[in-house]
Amino acid sequence: MHAATVPHAIEMIGVTKRFGPVVANDGVDFAARPGEVHALVGENGAGKSTLMSILAGLYHPDAGVLSIHGEPVEFRSPRDAIDCGIGMVYQHFMLVDSFTVAENAILGARDAGIVLDTASAERDLARLGERYGLKVDSRARVWQLSVGEQQRVEIVRLLYRGAKILVFDEPTAVLTPQESADLIRTLRAMAAEGFCVVFISHKLDEVLAVADRVTVLRRGRAVATVEARTTDRRALARLMVGRDLLPGTSRSDSMVPHTGKDIRETILEIRDLRANGDKGLPALSGVDLDVHAGEILGVAGVAGNGQRELAETITGLRPVTGGRVRVNGTDMTNRPPGDIARAGVAHVPEDRLGTGLVPGADLTDNAIMRRYRRAPLARGPFLVRRAAAVFTDRLLAAHDVIAPGRTAPVRNLSGGNQQKLLLARELAGEPQLLVAVHPTRGVDVGAAETIHRLLREQQSRGAATLLISEDLDELLALADRIAVLYEGRIMGIVDARATDPDHLGLLMAGIAPAAASA
Amino acid sequence: MTQPQPAAASPEHPAVLRLEARAAPSQAVAVLVSIVSVALALLVGGLVLLASGEDPIAVYRVMFTGAFGSRSSLAETLVKTIPLLLTGLGVGIAFRMQLWNIGAEGQLYLGAIAATGIALFVLPDAPASVLIPAMVLAGLAGGAVCGAIPGFLRARLGVNEIITSLMLNYVAILLADQLVHGPWRNPVGFGFPGTEQLPDAAWLPRWGTTRVHLGLAFGLVAALLVWVVLRRTRWGYEIGVMGGNERAARYAGMATARNILLVMAFSGALAGLAGMSEVAGIGHQLQRNLSPGYGYTAIIVAWLGHLHPAGITLVAFLLAGLLVGGDQIQMSMGLPAAIAPMLQGTILFFLLGGEALGRYRLVRRSPSAGPRPRAEAR
Amino acid sequence: MNDITSIAFLTSVLAAAIPAGTAILYACLGELLCERAGVLNLGVEGMMLMGALGGFAVAYHTEQAWLGAIAAFAVGGALASIHALLVVSLRANQVVSGLALTLFGSGLSAFLGRDLVGRPAPASFGKVAVPLLSDIPYLGSILFRQDALVYVSYGLVPLLWWFVFRTRPGLNLRALGENPATADAMGLNVAALRYGYVIAGGALAGVGGAAISLATNPGWSENMTAGRGWIAVALVIFGTWNPARAAFGAYLFGGVEAGQFRLQGAGVPISSFYLSMLPYLFTIAVLILASRETARRRIGAPAALGRPYVREERG
Repeated sequence: MHAATVPHAIEMIGVTKRFGPVVANDGVDFAARPGEVHALVGENGAGKSTLMSILAGLYHPDAGVLSIHGEPVEFRSPRDAIDCGIGMVYQHFMLVDSFTVAENAILGARDAGIVLDTASAERDLARLGERYGLKVDSRARVWQLSVGEQQRVEIVRLLYRGAKILVFDEPTAVLTPQESADLIRTLRAMAAEGFCVVFISHKLDEVLAVADRVTVLRRGRAVATVEARTTDRRALARLMVGRDLLPGTSRSDSMVPHTGKDIRETILEIRDLRANGDKGLPALSGVDLDVHAGEILGVAGVAGNGQRELAETITGLRPVTGGRVRVNGTDMTNRPPGDIARAGVAHVPEDRLGTGLVPGADLTDNAIMRRYRRAPLARGPFLVRRAAAVFTDRLLAAHDVIAPGRTAPVRNLSGGNQQKLLLARELAGEPQLLVAVHPTRGVDVGAAETIHRLLREQQSRGAATLLISEDLDELLALADRIAVLYEGRIMGIVDARATDPDHLGLLMAGIAPAAASA
Repeated sequence: MTQPQPAAASPEHPAVLRLEARAAPSQAVAVLVSIVSVALALLVGGLVLLASGEDPIAVYRVMFTGAFGSRSSLAETLVKTIPLLLTGLGVGIAFRMQLWNIGAEGQLYLGAIAATGIALFVLPDAPASVLIPAMVLAGLAGGAVCGAIPGFLRARLGVNEIITSLMLNYVAILLADQLVHGPWRNPVGFGFPGTEQLPDAAWLPRWGTTRVHLGLAFGLVAALLVWVVLRRTRWGYEIGVMGGNERAARYAGMATARNILLVMAFSGALAGLAGMSEVAGIGHQLQRNLSPGYGYTAIIVAWLGHLHPAGITLVAFLLAGLLVGGDQIQMSMGLPAAIAPMLQGTILFFLLGGEALGRYRLVRRSPSAGPRPRAEAR
Repeated sequence: MNDITSIAFLTSVLAAAIPAGTAILYACLGELLCERAGVLNLGVEGMMLMGALGGFAVAYHTEQAWLGAIAAFAVGGALASIHALLVVSLRANQVVSGLALTLFGSGLSAFLGRDLVGRPAPASFGKVAVPLLSDIPYLGSILFRQDALVYVSYGLVPLLWWFVFRTRPGLNLRALGENPATADAMGLNVAALRYGYVIAGGALAGVGGAAISLATNPGWSENMTAGRGWIAVALVIFGTWNPARAAFGAYLFGGVEAGQFRLQGAGVPISSFYLSMLPYLFTIAVLILASRETARRRIGAPAALGRPYVREERG
């Protein structure tokens, strides 16, 4: 193509961004051409999202130069970036749930006219959707749409707003493998039309499938830009982590082989479980599951198919509208969370700072949440602060939680250390059942390994574990069996040793096993 | 929200950025901010006085000497410390749990009504050793009921406690008005609204010749009690966890609805005790305008005192001085006593701003961006 | 006239309900804008008082009621800008800041207005009968023999309804309260817009105060709003953030207030104190009903109400 003569769509030189003492981007150079899909890869925390937030005008860089189509620019707000034709699809969709699709598209647009004209927006959206194969019902309210549909809304909106540079922040994290494949085709088609597409990911297979070029970030620095044709997973992984290891295989290598373990008594028994989601619509529509002692049962599924509701109904945080939950044979349906915890159920919730921890309270107060009612921490109505401190120190030491001290607020800890603290607290009572939801999400590699080790220890101790995760590698490495949730139902339960991501992907997409095997 | 997670607690946030989470300002900084806020508020108040043709120095001097300048003025300040301390402690413990009880005024009135009812109509002939404890219990109970109503509505129906507790202020004050004009009116009171005097046994003992009464002991004991509850009991721990993250409290198996009800009742009970001690220690009858807005000032007492019992005790004393000083300028200079609430509001503004700025500076230690038009957004 | 069941009595109650409700209505519409933008302002009472004083003072000195109303608008906006500074820029606690504003406004108005207490109003908004319309039987004397501020509010309610639900800026406003992060990413200046709506809301609260001091009870006295600002805050919830429903609520309250005085006047043997409690008890009842209604129909408060928006907290 005429790549050499046409100026870069995006050119960032020496971009530096600090947050307090942390340098998120350290003199990053990045350039992408019109008509290419340019992938930006790196581990969690490598600075990908920060770099793109600078491009989107959300953050102002401390140093560095940014040019768009050859023109130096300085963005002081997202408005400036939008005016330069830059559109972002964020990991967390930037949609107003209660608005219709068309209203979301119009939001913030600066076209003439004060009167809300949704009809013309609806026509334009339909036309764009038709053209790029991104069909959406522009009159639907966003909360009624599936995650995949919401993502299509985001993309069509960018086109509607005239974006020429499209940035996707981990777009496949919320999609089934099949939906991801569709998205990749769409992105290729857009690049062919002359759009500049930036694709942020750490899934190397996808990156190699979609990208023309790949830029690798490591610890805030751009370490290399390579042609996708001339590289492979292993080489990219080496650039990402700085050592010769594939993150995927490192988990598989340390995997404990599940040799025909004799399945012991049933700890968790779920029958025809039904519950509503936050919107009051059914989120679980008749789930049956058994988890046995010494077993890790994995639950896979695309985000929003009932995983959170499943965990919350088992642990008593969400009312059950039908069916039964039994723990060790005792009916625990709709019992208060405290009773369920006392029956030996531990819970690592999806949203650790929102549910599992008190971010503003210190480590001690967070560590004793499951213990403060019992001796030696409690003496009558009183709390023995000294015993609480001793308990906390032991917990922190036993699980290598790195913290400035037990009087520091938990929010000052890194994500990995927060999660280690939470898990340590939950496991301190030697629970019979552990419900863990996305336990390694957003934590660094080291902490993830520790967490995986702890889960395996539970298994060998004979506890039952319900592991809900969106990371198929994690599920395949840890679980004995994997149940796939789709629209609040179990699509199928498979033996983790006898399945693969493709098969799980079909189940996650709601395609029945018979059709899947065909 | 249909998004996978709420954005604010995004676990996908790059791990390195977590470290930027703002550190809590140190205790010393917090105290400094409070002192500077008071100073700046006095400065602004002085400018207002100056602009409306008064001499601020003279006004402040009259206020200060009127509040702290002599044994008798100090005693008067202590008298006003009592209701502020009790209501401030009550408001403070509710605020700790993120329960915005702004109904202390009504709770105070209901406590006063209940205590008066006991003394006049239930145990009029009882000795002090029976009557005063009975009145204390009645005051506590009256306030507790008035606090428990918004607490119940919040816990069971999710009704916003700010508005309901506030509305009950008006209801309680009108109820008191109704009683002193109607059924409880002193038949030989020359038409003045008010009940007849309480029996002598109902009067709280006073300290020497001053008006400082046993209520001060109630206040100090209550401060100690609140400290013990918050710091040393399981219930206090639960209050802290619920204030920090109600969802986490539910997750940890705490009875959140019951705690909301209990804390609101406890909060109201302390305000009710304030009402009882005003009636039994000062007025010796239920009358109109029993409280010049102690229940509202309590909010400032609690916030300025950083919701800590010791801080609340100190601030209650200082703001009592402000009130006494305000009365003093009204009496000797003919200026409205309303200067006191005006100064209170101003202090609170500076305190809120100062707390935020303290936080700000700590977060933004780095020269992270050049001049920016929108300080809030970045 | 003394027969409380007569049509004439009912008409007079309703005719009095409209102006009584109008003061609350202005404040309520102001708070509605503010809350739609995601900011809770509990300083309505203070802003109303300062508006009432500012309006009366200016009208007193200029003998122009309209100048008074404009002054009230400006004073309310100025006070609200303190709240905006604290909660939007400095992310202070919205509840405490609003309370501070109420304390400050009531204290300052009492102090500054000390020499105006009891002064007669040289200028106020008198009742003006609208030609033709005021001759409609019953309805005419209820709706169209009112003061100018009432007529302005008749226009303001549909205008704000149209603005919030049928215009682009209204769409942007709703997004601010629902999801400020999205509004920000879509290029809206969240901070500037929130400033604008908080200040506009305060300005309307100021006019609400002037509707008392310049129209219904011409004159100035300490704390003359008597809790109407708080009722306005409650009515925003009752009206589920919809100007039309808020207006309905405001007139309902006006009706209770007017009916109470007239029932007393008619010699109905109910204590005036119990009657005075009715509006407050009614607000609580409304809140209880609204909480259930809300739960049932899944119409909540603006999702981001009361939470400061901080860009860096997003991933």
